[in-house]
Amino acid sequence: MKIYTAENDGFLKLSFTGELDHHGAKTAMKTIDGLIDDALPRNLIMDLSELNFMDSSGIALILRVSRRMSDIGGKAWVENPLGQPLRVLNASGIDRVVKVFEKAR
Amino acid sequence: MTNTDYIKFEFPSRSVNESFARAAVASFAARLDPTLEELADIKTAVSEAVTNCIVHAYPGVLGTIWLRARIIDESTFEITVRDTGVGIPDVKKAREPMYTTGGDDRSGMGFTIMESFMDKVKVRSVEGKGTSVTMTRRIVRRTSAV
Repeated sequence: MKIYTAENDGFLKLSFTGELDHHGAKTAMKTIDGLIDDALPRNLIMDLSELNFMDSSGIALILRVSRRMSDIGGKAWVENPLGQPLRVLNASGIDRVVKVFEKAR
Repeated sequence: MTNTDYIKFEFPSRSVNESFARAAVASFAARLDPTLEELADIKTAVSEAVTNCIVHAYPGVLGTIWLRARIIDESTFEITVRDTGVGIPDVKKAREPMYTTGGDDRSGMGFTIMESFMDKVKVRSVEGKGTSVTMTRRIVRRTSAV
């Protein structure tokens, strides 16, 4: 799993690629914590368009990132989930807690 | 048992093996000619069951995970993931959505996702002895069997 980032005017966009499982989530969370500390964004976008696979470890990661953002007074949401990651998001009911946009805003 | 084909393997509970377990089972399931979606569902369920072993059955220690996948009557795919870890004190509670003993690294959605991606999920667990999770999924044949 790799995460690409783009930063612009208070927005931090994290683009996830490959497979996000428990193994990948362990290091991803540390990386993301560092990125949030450095950028202190007001809005954080998790773009899943290039993510091929995700399990409940990905759900936990999205929830943690979202909590982390609200701790610093910001917002986080998910964009562009497709295929299997979208079905996992739907099965988890995470959209009651974190906004999920099937198309980019 | 002439209509049954299977694979069996075991591996240490290292998280790096999660992707191997998913890929191995998916590769075996491919002979049922599943749709990409059915294959992804099977991979998801394997990932959840194996992660449970790594995180919960063997917390902070390395143990062995046994995995068996079977094709029953050419249309039912069955996966069993077994460990000899700490066991689950209350299986009913563990299967509830959002329930976890894993802190904020875990979502508590593992069993919920297994249940929603497979047709049946059976959990047997004995505290101090281990846990066995058996899941089945019917794969509808799109082409006639070769």
